Amino acid sequence: MPDTEKFSNVPEAKAVPKKRTRLSLVWVIPIVAAVAGVWIAVTKILEKGPEITINFSTGDGLDANKTKIIYDGLTIGTLSAIRLAPDHQHVIATAKMMPKTKDFLVKDLKFWVVKPRITGLNITGLGTLISGYYIGVQLGQSKEGERSFTALESPPVGGDVPGRFFQLRTTELGSLGEGTPIFFRQIQAGQVVSYELDKAGKNLNVKIFIQSPYDQFITPDTRFWQASGVDLTLTAAGLHVQTESVMSILAGGIAFETPVTDSPQPPAPADTAFTLFDDRTAAFRPPPRDPHDYLLVFKQSVRGLNVGAPVEIGGIQIGEVTGIQAQFDAKTAEFSVPVTISVDPARYGVKFLNLPKDDEQPGDGHKRVMDILVARGLRAGLKTGNLISGSLFVAVSFHPEAPPVTLDWSQEPVQLPTQSGQLEGVEESVASLLKNLDQTVSNLNLTVSSARGTLTNADRLMTSTDKLMGNANNLIAPDSVLNAELNNMLQQGGDAAQALRVLLDYLERHPEALIRGKTGEAKP
Amino acid sequence: MSENTPSAMEHGLQSCHGCGLLSRPAPGAHEGRCPRCDEKLEFRKAASLERTMAYLIAAAVCYVPANLLPVMTTNTAGGSESDTIMQGVVLLWSPTGWPLSLIVLFASIMIPSAKIVALLYLVFTVKRGSIQNNAQRVRLYRMVEIVGRWSMVDVFVDTFTVSLIQLQPLMSVEPGPGLLFFAAVVVLTMLAVESFDPRLIWDAAAAKETKHEVQHA
Repeated sequence: MPDTEKFSNVPEAKAVPKKRTRLSLVWVIPIVAAVAGVWIAVTKILEKGPEITINFSTGDGLDANKTKIIYDGLTIGTLSAIRLAPDHQHVIATAKMMPKTKDFLVKDLKFWVVKPRITGLNITGLGTLISGYYIGVQLGQSKEGERSFTALESPPVGGDVPGRFFQLRTTELGSLGEGTPIFFRQIQAGQVVSYELDKAGKNLNVKIFIQSPYDQFITPDTRFWQASGVDLTLTAAGLHVQTESVMSILAGGIAFETPVTDSPQPPAPADTAFTLFDDRTAAFRPPPRDPHDYLLVFKQSVRGLNVGAPVEIGGIQIGEVTGIQAQFDAKTAEFSVPVTISVDPARYGVKFLNLPKDDEQPGDGHKRVMDILVARGLRAGLKTGNLISGSLFVAVSFHPEAPPVTLDWSQEPVQLPTQSGQLEGVEESVASLLKNLDQTVSNLNLTVSSARGTLTNADRLMTSTDKLMGNANNLIAPDSVLNAELNNMLQQGGDAAQALRVLLDYLERHPEALIRGKTGEAKP
Repeated sequence: MSENTPSAMEHGLQSCHGCGLLSRPAPGAHEGRCPRCDEKLEFRKAASLERTMAYLIAAAVCYVPANLLPVMTTNTAGGSESDTIMQGVVLLWSPTGWPLSLIVLFASIMIPSAKIVALLYLVFTVKRGSIQNNAQRVRLYRMVEIVGRWSMVDVFVDTFTVSLIQLQPLMSVEPGPGLLFFAAVVVLTMLAVESFDPRLIWDAAAAKETKHEVQHA
């Protein structure tokens, strides 16, 4: 230090005991930073959940890094990338799952996009209008792990709710749709899951879900019918309105019921197929038991006869009309109407007693019965069922007087003899009506002659009445004696009243006059 | 600049950091204090390069998570969204918002990294005893010192947003872990700048000069 003397006037620094400097201490800072960094990195890596791919049919509403996979309200993953599949037909989304979701990812895990869905009955996913779509999850049962999934088009039905699936077959969908309610005794017991046309394009297979405990009421005998709308029936007993619920009127529905039988049947297994009937009546119409088709050829008009019209014997339905055609025979130049009927008495509850057994081939006994019946005069005819609508039905009755006919069993269907009884009857009635009319007319003649006598008498009565009236007129005339007398009488009556009033006036002022009599000075 | 001017150290004197007063060092092995302002007196900042280096390494370590972790989580009715600084820059980038985007880009990404790189350069050159571009290096140091604090803007904006936007059901903003690291980067680089003694830049030059003179003599 060469210049110490030169700067001697410079003040000297204060002496402070030197502390041990531990410069290495500063290195704690980068070490801490590194530890923190490494720790963050390690936790990030550890937290990184599995990555999965989900196949969507459309990327509508999906956003990378935004769309969440939500299970039970909790986010369990986020879509990290969305790209078009190589076939350009669908969308493949990559999702980063949260840590510890590995055991979720099994083979039958189901994904679907939750978005606002408005069906006739349900409005779901309204929250997604604001929050954007998210992906719903339904847990799977499988133990097998899986990393690539295909999303469902719509939310799965059932899921965690216990219950079973069944199939319904119908020809028309009506107002059914996904989510259409299914009612059991007016309680919602399930809903329509999906529907699809069968391969032939003739029937629709409707998949339904019936939740527990209603599913146990479904036996192989259960009937399903469309409960859409209102069922109005006008019968002799009045108007019947049948509906399941207001909801089903608006949006359609399906109802089911199991007919009460003596021996309760076990519940139907899952995925059993049932027929979906149009209405309750159709659903509970007894099923065919032993139907036989017959042909009836009518030569008269069948206006008013419809397919489905009843075939009755003695007022009891035993079958129905299944077809009405028309035919023309060029040879005989005759126009006729062949009507096919299906007769199934057992279906309508007709009991058979002492039925002959089939001897050689099935239906043999039936043939013999029919032969006997026809030999005894069994004929089919048309009768008016309803006078207002003019609807006809087929009436089977016995006409022993009819010419004998034998059935030709080689035909299919067998032609039954017909009886145009209705028209003949009408003619007969008309003839008797005319006869009656004749009688009535002659009776009427008699009545007319006696009426004439009565009229002469009446004439006489009228003349005397006239006289009586003349007398009465004389009595009331203004110049008659009676009138003058009456006038006089009234005049005198008036005078009497005047006198009485004066008297009363006086008495009011001089009541003492009653005792003392009229005094001179009190004179007014 | 410094080549021909004597430094206080060469003359065995200490200049105060606080008030600039020149003083003779305290006698003995005692630590000196400025007689005027009681500031600690040293010829050069103690272990300047080592400290700077330590802070720089710490800052560099923190810089990685600061940029990888989200600094802000926005919870809206539409779900929550976490953004890192770079995502914020991308988000702000629009035909009208690009200046703001640029500000964030400069203040939050370029400046901290530039600071770290610049200081590393200074430390290495000083350590190597370089005598080139002394003036530029000092200017660089000044720039780093001035500009460094502006990086804190991002932290401030973030904390303001977090405290202001708390419309609970509709929208709320939460700070992310990245913010902590980012603040650490800014603070650590500022400490590094603080602990670096720019006088070391021309000390090396002076040392070389004397060596040179000695060799000449």
